[in-house]
Amino acid sequence: MNALPFLRNGELINLAEIPSLPYRDFGDHLARLLSAGGRLAACFVDSPPDAGNVLPVYAVIAEDAENRLGVLRAFISRAQESLTPRIPQLHLFEREMAEQFGVVFRGHPWFKPVRFHAPWPGETDAWGRNPLDHPQVGAMHYFRMEGDDVHEVGVGPVHAGIIEPGHFRFQCHGETVLHLEISLGYQHRGIERLVAGGPWPRTPYQIETAAGDSTIGHMTAYSMVLEALAGADVPENALMLRAMALELERLANHVGDLGALAGDIGFLPTAAYCGRLRGDFLNMTALVCGSRFGRGLVRPGGVRFDCNAVRAEKLRQALTAAADHTRGALDLFFETPSVLGRLEGVGMVCREDAAALGLTGVAGKACGIDCDTRRHHGTGVFTDETIAAVTETTGDVFARAKVRRREIEQSIGLLHRFLNFRMRGPLNVPIGPSAPDSMAVALVEGWRGPIVHIAVTGGDGRFRRYKIVDPSFLNWSSLALALRNEQISDFPLCNKSFNLSYCGFDL
Amino acid sequence: MLRIIRERCRQGYRTAAFPAEEPFLPDRFRGRPVILQEKCSVECGGCAARCPFGAVSRKGGRLRLDLGRCLFCADCPVCPHGALTFGNDYRLAVRRREDLVTDGSLDVLAAALEKKMLRLFGRSLKLRQVSAGGCNGCEADINVLATPVFDLGRFGIQFVASPRHADGILVTGPVTRNMHAALLAAYEAVPEPKLVIAAGACAIAGGPFQDSPETHGGLESMLPVDLYIPGCPPSLHDPGRIAAPVE
Repeated sequence: MNALPFLRNGELINLAEIPSLPYRDFGDHLARLLSAGGRLAACFVDSPPDAGNVLPVYAVIAEDAENRLGVLRAFISRAQESLTPRIPQLHLFEREMAEQFGVVFRGHPWFKPVRFHAPWPGETDAWGRNPLDHPQVGAMHYFRMEGDDVHEVGVGPVHAGIIEPGHFRFQCHGETVLHLEISLGYQHRGIERLVAGGPWPRTPYQIETAAGDSTIGHMTAYSMVLEALAGADVPENALMLRAMALELERLANHVGDLGALAGDIGFLPTAAYCGRLRGDFLNMTALVCGSRFGRGLVRPGGVRFDCNAVRAEKLRQALTAAADHTRGALDLFFETPSVLGRLEGVGMVCREDAAALGLTGVAGKACGIDCDTRRHHGTGVFTDETIAAVTETTGDVFARAKVRRREIEQSIGLLHRFLNFRMRGPLNVPIGPSAPDSMAVALVEGWRGPIVHIAVTGGDGRFRRYKIVDPSFLNWSSLALALRNEQISDFPLCNKSFNLSYCGFDL
Repeated sequence: MLRIIRERCRQGYRTAAFPAEEPFLPDRFRGRPVILQEKCSVECGGCAARCPFGAVSRKGGRLRLDLGRCLFCADCPVCPHGALTFGNDYRLAVRRREDLVTDGSLDVLAAALEKKMLRLFGRSLKLRQVSAGGCNGCEADINVLATPVFDLGRFGIQFVASPRHADGILVTGPVTRNMHAALLAAYEAVPEPKLVIAAGACAIAGGPFQDSPETHGGLESMLPVDLYIPGCPPSLHDPGRIAAPVE
């Protein structure tokens, strides 16, 4: 086999350096890299203007052990043998390519739309629908079971709580869920298409709201892509502030999630405390940049706000107080037998399935997969020495809760260290023009898992294709697995234990 | 049990004194814009084109800002002369769409729930929240209203699971094409008389996604809106202010 090109997180590669493989070899390479411990970070079709009937498809593989990213390219026609039966991690990526570019993947075991939008302009429809019509959301063939006492329960798109919309269909036998099918797309705003051809003046704000609870994560990834393309050297101040904001984002959401878990099982003390504490962490982000969600803090080239010694001291005091109460709320939660009884052994995902599907973030770590972008593809202030592995083995709701609790501790420790950093010098550097005909890849460990942003530039240096992979994209499948043979009444608990993003999936 | 009580005492009483006391906001909070018309140079005139979201216009030589389109960007590129900056006032919500357009001189603010509405809903207002393409920013902060810090329930306001139990809907998001039908169905399911609240820049005018072919650009011309709460996302205290009716 040929030597494959590699790059590191936050680097770029000239498109000419990526060999074009026959699709069969593409599959062989991909299968080999994944079986050697790699994870599929992204797989997508690029759309050069002169593509015609043959489309370039790229796969980016995160090789955690080697701290590097492999890139594969092949050219495919619009009728293609599916690789999913051999490489399950591809299942959603192939469906996405089909929906966007009309590629029919023959032999795909679950060949359905992903987000329910019309194919991109000028493309055909993979399911033979009129490409000019907007498809009806949720209109597809659902997996269905027949038999005595088997019944179907449909939930959503509008749910009981204040959460985003999605549709869930359960095949039940009595109270037991035999199968859950998740159909999303309700939040689809067409971000990848809006960003294509850019960056435009609106692009940063659309990236910040791709998944609004992961503003720092997505915006940092976007900034890293532009910085790679421009060859910008980001000041240390900015890297430190980004890291601080990322850990604050993780703290706010993990604490909120554990509170929500407590609420779902009716353990109200921790639910109430964590609901409040989540806001305290959000307010710390607002202390830095004026926005509880970190809007406007991260920009390509650096950051927009400083954090001098006085502000750092305020943050330190707020952190110390919030950390103390968080520990109290969580100790109570994790040391109450009736709580543990509701968490243990519920919503299991086994390690084999997690590895086959390429689960990441909290979902993957809870199954024993050591995957953390900060550890394996660290940039800026993060290295494998500063970030210890956080993994659990049981793959149940309890394991996901424990991963969050341990990551909360880790983030508090990191923040205390970061706050000792004395800011000197500039906060940002100007961003020059982007390199033409290149691909830049950025991975950021958001609180749900790795956020992947990839830009492919054309001859003019603008985005010919901009690919976003939110950690929720692959992880939604794990919720379906976790529900198998569970009671349907445990769905809220299982769902909350993943707390995946609807809009991050739908984009 | 004793342990729970001990921890309860340690965590303390956390409900804010709001609305009796004004909230403490961080110094970098971006609230109600401060428009200094005297700094606006007539010759310059590039401001309308500089706002990526079409929030700025000029009429009769005066700079006007549409708070329904404004995202309160930290890097607002509109005025290099300092005619447009953001102040620390969180009060922005209004009852009429046209009141969102301001030249800085007038302050039309939505009062707490009007007498008519109070009579309709008494001191018990139930709302159904519908996320129609929201990024989970607005949704996350609306959830905060129910935490002990805010405790919306003390004002008689509750978010309920079914639109049939609700007196109105609170909508977030630019209304994606894929949520259009579900949003209308939820609205239809609310019994008359009913309220519609547009929370956040997306629900008012589409926010960052105002011209996406996959969204409808907000609630405008889709449902009769009774209350507009600007911001991306809105400041928590603004809906709180409206929700806290006077005696």
